Amino acid sequence: MPGLEDLYREIILDHYRTPRNRGELDPPAIKAEGHNPLCGDEVTVYLSISGEGDDAVIDDIKIAGQGCSISQSSASMMTQSMKGKTVAENRALVRRFKALMGIEGIEPHDGDDAIDLGDREALQGVVKFPVRIKCAVLSWNTLLQALDTGGGTTSTE
Amino acid sequence: MTFDQTSIRKDFPILSRQIDGKPLVYLDSGNTSQKPQRVIDAMSHFQERTYAPINRSSYRLAAEATDAYEKGRIAVARLINAPSVDEVVFTKNATESMNLIAQAWGRANLDEGDIVVLTEMEHHANIVPWQMLVQERKIQIRWVPLTADGQLDLTNLDNLLDGAKVFSFTAMSNVLGTITPIEMLCERARAAGALSIVDACQFVPHNVTDIQSWGADLVVFSSHKMCGPSGIGMLWGRMEILDAMPPFLGGGNMIDTVTFDGFTTAPVPMKFEAGTPPIIEAVGLAAAVEYLEEIGMANIRQHEMELSRYTLDTLKGRFGDDITIYGPDDVELRGGVFSFAFRDIHPHDVSQVLDERNVCVRAGHHCAKPLMQTLGVNATTRASIYLYNDTADIDALADGLDKATDIFGL
Repeated sequence: MPGLEDLYREIILDHYRTPRNRGELDPPAIKAEGHNPLCGDEVTVYLSISGEGDDAVIDDIKIAGQGCSISQSSASMMTQSMKGKTVAENRALVRRFKALMGIEGIEPHDGDDAIDLGDREALQGVVKFPVRIKCAVLSWNTLLQALDTGGGTTSTE
Repeated sequence: MTFDQTSIRKDFPILSRQIDGKPLVYLDSGNTSQKPQRVIDAMSHFQERTYAPINRSSYRLAAEATDAYEKGRIAVARLINAPSVDEVVFTKNATESMNLIAQAWGRANLDEGDIVVLTEMEHHANIVPWQMLVQERKIQIRWVPLTADGQLDLTNLDNLLDGAKVFSFTAMSNVLGTITPIEMLCERARAAGALSIVDACQFVPHNVTDIQSWGADLVVFSSHKMCGPSGIGMLWGRMEILDAMPPFLGGGNMIDTVTFDGFTTAPVPMKFEAGTPPIIEAVGLAAAVEYLEEIGMANIRQHEMELSRYTLDTLKGRFGDDITIYGPDDVELRGGVFSFAFRDIHPHDVSQVLDERNVCVRAGHHCAKPLMQTLGVNATTRASIYLYNDTADIDALADGLDKATDIFGL
């Protein structure tokens, strides 16, 4: 079995203990909820967006919810460096992250390989613990839900 | 027979498995139990020597297979002290047994406004089948609340049961370990004119069960939690109730005759056993019952009470206020199921750390989400014991919790 140090890297535990961009945004901010019915992890993503389509810019992002260290730290890490970037840039980040998690069926776009995931690379160790991949991608799928439908609920199952 | 822990552990081949060179510490028997060699052998030998269809072919092999299947029913009836072997119905699992009751009895007897009383500590299997009837039939559900230490709060029971058609409750909570006052609850249901249904999944594998003393109308439980194979569950019911119920699933085996115009049903229990049943599983179940009977259910209960005391004392002694164990502290009032919150470490992370030491526990809502709401948590970690567990398993659990503290540094 891969060691726990592969999973619980210090940077991950840091985001778990001190989550970034934690809180809520009032309407008209978009609110999307994600949950994992197997373990009860819950993530709510609040997005404030200005503009239309792929060129729209994420002005603010906040995360609420509760769950295991992987789901919550991944959500916290996700929010870093998203503000001020376009929807298209953030979608590319999601694709890159899901590819890192070994999720199949992600169609890479030109330039995806060049995207720097930064601290988020630390979550790569999760891949060695397949049961936890769902925890790591929960917030990212919830973000996609927010971008795709302007809110609603998503589930890992 | 005395309770010989060393010899019992040797009966379960999986317990000698090592992962990463470390022994397995199986503390998830509330989820599903491990199987003794005797059960594994019984199922193999049956397939090697005797396997054939049951109830429908006249050759000798088929008759032998039918007898072997029916021995499973006889064994189960003996284990729970059923007045009649024919009152034991085999299903796919206890969940199917409960759905059978809700669909077959419920559809024939429940209509808009009818009241079903459940408790706040029920497993989803004793909630959702009734909620399906809420959607379909507009029946109403009332809930028996809990006390602070996780027992049923019966203060208001008579009001809750007033006018109720059904009182369906667990004999032992799969989350809290709480053993409910089964006989008294059945009596109160009867006094109120309600059908009493007992979810005995967690109770039967660990206790002496005498359903005649309970006075229950219907009881469900499963094989896989009592050293038997998965894929077979049980429903016991009073014959007059089963006899009056319409069938659940239709098909082969459950009919008396079929014409172009319709069908008539076979007598109980075949009426409820449509299609080819879990034949091999019934054979394994018979072996499991014989195994448990040889060790003695009273001995198993005694062992588990002692180990439960050790578990509670060890965890509370080592971790004090850092651990919250739900349910009663008195081992007379509980079984060996220990759901807990440990520091602020999420159960999923606790179980991950324990897994590195091959300590197998369950993390999550335990198919009891309404109860999680009552407890004010989203998930718990749950360790559950059986006859093959010993104090070394509990020590390994406690050591693993220390490791979780180290990692999360809380």
